Amino acid sequence: MNANAVPVWLSAGVVPLVNVAVAFLAAGLVVALIGESPLEALGIMLRGALGSQYGLGYTLYYATSFIFTGLAVAVAFHAGHFNIGGEGQALMGGLGAALVALGLPFLPWPVLLPLCVLGAIGAGALWVFIPAYLQAYRGSHVVITTIMFNFLAGTLLVYLLVGPLKMTGSMAPETAKFVPAATLPLMSQMAAWAGLTITRTPVNLSFVFAMLAALSVWVLIWRTRLGYAIRTVGANPDAAVYAGISPRRITVIALLISGGLAGLMATNEILGVQGRLINEFTAGAGFVGIAVALMGRGHPFGIVLAALLFGVLYQGGAELAFDKPRITREMIIVIQGFVILFAGALEMMFADKLASLYTRIAGRAAAA
Amino acid sequence: MSEAFQIAILAVDSAVRLSVPLLFACLAGLYSERAGVVDIGLEGKMLIGAFAAGAAASVVPNPWLGLLAAVLASVLFALVHGFASISQRGNQIVSGVAINVLASGLTAVLGNAWFNQGGRTPQLPGAARFNEITLPFAEQARAVPFIGAFYSEVVSGHSVLVYVAIGLVPLTWLVLYRTSWGLRLRAVGENPAAVDTAGLSVAKLRYSAVIMAGILCGFGGAYLAIAQSAGFVTDMTAGKGFIALAALIFAKWRPMPALGACFLFGLLDAVALRIQGVSIPGIGQVPVQAIQALPYLLTVVLLAGFIGKATPPKAVGIPYLKDRS
Repeated sequence: MNANAVPVWLSAGVVPLVNVAVAFLAAGLVVALIGESPLEALGIMLRGALGSQYGLGYTLYYATSFIFTGLAVAVAFHAGHFNIGGEGQALMGGLGAALVALGLPFLPWPVLLPLCVLGAIGAGALWVFIPAYLQAYRGSHVVITTIMFNFLAGTLLVYLLVGPLKMTGSMAPETAKFVPAATLPLMSQMAAWAGLTITRTPVNLSFVFAMLAALSVWVLIWRTRLGYAIRTVGANPDAAVYAGISPRRITVIALLISGGLAGLMATNEILGVQGRLINEFTAGAGFVGIAVALMGRGHPFGIVLAALLFGVLYQGGAELAFDKPRITREMIIVIQGFVILFAGALEMMFADKLASLYTRIAGRAAAA
Repeated sequence: MSEAFQIAILAVDSAVRLSVPLLFACLAGLYSERAGVVDIGLEGKMLIGAFAAGAAASVVPNPWLGLLAAVLASVLFALVHGFASISQRGNQIVSGVAINVLASGLTAVLGNAWFNQGGRTPQLPGAARFNEITLPFAEQARAVPFIGAFYSEVVSGHSVLVYVAIGLVPLTWLVLYRTSWGLRLRAVGENPAAVDTAGLSVAKLRYSAVIMAGILCGFGGAYLAIAQSAGFVTDMTAGKGFIALAALIFAKWRPMPALGACFLFGLLDAVALRIQGVSIPGIGQVPVQAIQALPYLLTVVLLAGFIGKATPPKAVGIPYLKDRS
């Protein structure tokens, strides 16, 4: 079977759709197993996520985080590496943003806000630097080291939030509130400035950042020299050397970009919604990023679509858990697991069969 | 007997208890990775095992049945990982992540739907659990200073699974280094093409290793749910599968050092539990998070090559293709 004979619409369109459909089918079986109707559940989810301004706002708010973490995984993928540490890098992004916000509260917002965002990017990138360096120069696997760094980030944040950074007088592990100049406006506030009224939801300016980030990643990967170098290293590091590209340097750079993107996730939750640093605010978004990047096949357009789908799942899942207490919110994690399994680990299971089916049909059509 | 000795004995005793799930998972990872299949799904397999054990033992109050359920559930997940990694030649890391995510979601959803206790399984009576065994003469030996106290506190008084875990260490060594299956297993993790040329099935060997990993993770999960605790609690593995992975690297993929690494990490855990709010003379208060971070930190330092070199099996993580040039 000639792989070149399979058209793009099949390999990049139909195959991923089939994989995702199988994942949802599997999740539907789980719903049926606990004695609820999968179709009814799907209806509740879709209505809850898309049926109102309120639901839509929450959907976009969840999607924002997943776009960032999905892009983070994808950039590393293009360089041939698996950054499994999005969770830790996002946590550190929150810390970076918080340190700027709490350390320089006297600055006017046009200076402070960009600095907070840079703090998030910088801290996220910094947190992947050691794993990236060790991968590139000491040969230790970035998967293992980023797993370790996830736990290190978690314990570091707990230490800071119950100790040095803890707000005096509060029982909860959280910092003091940031000054208003260090927080991102909600979409509803921005709409009000333009004279429009929309329902108040957590979706905020960072959704625009997420869109810009997706566009930037597309430009970076497919329209710049660096992106070419990243893809070359990802495809064949040995060949890259002959093209004058240093796989080590590119590995470090790609992972730093990946970490910075993961760090940006904190702009949504910390600068946009919380206005203070709280414990475990990532709530698994780093791992959703893996599912999103796999489902979107590493392409920013696909990632935005996949992130929106997961936004629907998260918001719809919350509504579903409310309507059907037997189906708890963790159902989303089950779906996520099946997506990672079928669109990731088993991505070729149906691809080969679909390809041979296509060549048979196409061959018959050509013969006729 | 001095008070310091008493404290040390208690710390070692609790370290033994805490290191047992690590040891099961670590040995599980050892079989899988020595055969060339990366396993970051230890956490998920242990979690689904713990859930199955808790659920089964709550229905039929028999710990052995709970153990069997744990092993079956964990092996089922291991087979999914094996199918993705060996038959489909998919990305083994991605497959491991899928196992972990699926286990965390399924245990919560099914647990809540079946038992209506917020994801827990019902509290188990003593008859449904692996209870502590008092070894012969443990009570009489208590009077003997040091050795007797060590025997009665540390050696005696654990559930049968603790002794199984420790017994598995020399057994694993024996299997890996003194049987032909072990030799083939190690070979398939280093040079699968050579094994293939010798007329052995790479896939069969790798599947057998992955199933071993499933069985052992099932034991680890059962220990958590029906020996250490009296039922399953949401996310009860709490990262133990990853610490076990760290221990595996720390032990450089060898069974005897795995025992040491797991005991060390178990001891750190035991110390972290006790040190909270305690001031140590000359150092002051040590934040408990610093000790919790140590296993991960030590592993990164080891991987960086500062304290010896941890070289994984050569073919680990690479799917085997017959026609690879």
